[in-house]
Amino acid sequence: MSKEKKMTTTITREEFMSPGHLACQGCGASLAMRLALKGLGQRTIVCIPACCWAVIDGPFPYSSLDVPIYHCAFETAASSASGVKAGLEILGDNETAVLAWAGDGGTYDIGLQALSGAAERNDDIIYACYDNEAYMNTGIQRSSATPFGAWTTTTPVKHYKKERKKDIIGIMAAHGIPYIATASVAYPEDMVKKFKKAREIRGTRFILIFAPCPAGWKSRPEDTIKLARLAVQTGYFPLIEIEKGEKWTLNLKLKERKPIAEYLKLQGRFRHLSEEEIAAIQQEVDERWAKTLQKCSL
Amino acid sequence: MSRKKEARKIIFESEKEMPPVPMSLGSMLHNRTGAWRNIKPVIDLSKCIKCGICWKFCPDASIDIVDEWPQINYDYCKGCGLCAEECPQKCITMVEEEK
Ligand SMILES: Cc1ncc(C[n+]2csc(CCOP(=O)(O)OP(=O)(O)O)c2C)c(N)n1
Ligand code: SF4
Ligand code: SF4
Ligand SMILES: [Mg+2]
Repeated sequence: MSKEKKMTTTITREEFMSPGHLACQGCGASLAMRLALKGLGQRTIVCIPACCWAVIDGPFPYSSLDVPIYHCAFETAASSASGVKAGLEILGDNETAVLAWAGDGGTYDIGLQALSGAAERNDDIIYACYDNEAYMNTGIQRSSATPFGAWTTTTPVKHYKKERKKDIIGIMAAHGIPYIATASVAYPEDMVKKFKKAREIRGTRFILIFAPCPAGWKSRPEDTIKLARLAVQTGYFPLIEIEKGEKWTLNLKLKERKPIAEYLKLQGRFRHLSEEEIAAIQQEVDERWAKTLQKCSL
Repeated sequence: MSRKKEARKIIFESEKEMPPVPMSLGSMLHNRTGAWRNIKPVIDLSKCIKCGICWKFCPDASIDIVDEWPQINYDYCKGCGLCAEECPQKCITMVEEEK
């Protein structure tokens, strides 16, 4: 390789997350933050409720982010962000973006009413949920984002989770907010673009990020990107955008979807599943995929 | 990685010096997470095509671009192995850390 050739960088080289943070090896959530801030830029305030990220950034007053962090209570990511935004407006600052950054527990479960309230008022905040499909920070308990079939410490192998994952995108779409998107750490360009785009829109914006968790999924840390990519390629986690509550776009069309078994078999949390159970999961993914295509008018 | 801050630990002499609300702007760079590592990535630059993939996916922002080449920052790299797994040239090898 020639000495002169520049390194290919498809996303900004500027970093707003520094090393030295406390995430586990191969943590999808930490990469998610790194990418999100690349999209949002310096003039951002982050509100973080109880979740892994409340630990990852470092104990107060230390921080691994180059933007201010407001640590708030578990259920209050959205309402705290609304409050910070109101404060900024009083100060005449309409430039700074306010990002609520919560886990799936803090979004699908305990923070849902605060989020619904903010969305109904169309508060001018960006709400991002990094979805690792369980309460990881407290030791891998099930959440309503945990998928059917998964082991967690509260859904042990003998009583693995029997309920399906809550459709948070459907819930947020029903609020008719200006911008909703899904993003994945395996597709950094798409993710940075979506955060950039969200920053330019006013009102409540919701971004759901697929963030594999080696510690909770019992997967190899080096498989984090592979898993996130397979989630998209199997149709388990489609990359979409919903604008003005109506216009659905499928960002990554798939000619052929990979079998869900490929995704499941890399994770210890699904190791106990029988062929029949895997077939049932495949069927559910197929049905959801068909619905997504329909909504995107494809 | 961020060059804006120093790897210095901030210490407050008294409570009065602390900010009134829990807003973090300190630095975690004093926390050299390289000590967590059991295996370490070594890049064979002779095979590198400068695609930037290892840099892009590092969850620890521990691959720097130095003179347009990828360079592992061993002060912080935790040894997750993601870069070695994703490198299309397979020019990153994970080797046992000698301690
Ligand atoms: C009101 C309240 N209940 C419970 C807790 C304990 N708690 C802290 S973090 C957490 C789990 C968070 O899960 P999630 O939002 O999915 O984020 P993750 O840890 O997976 O990143 C829980 C239950 C708390 N801090 N506050
Ligand atoms: S438990 Fe999972 S989400 Fe939390 S820091 Fe570790 S890898 Fe990241
Ligand atoms: S992924 Fe491999 S080929 Fe690409 S820049 Fe990194 S070391 Fe070089
Ligand atoms: Mg979680």
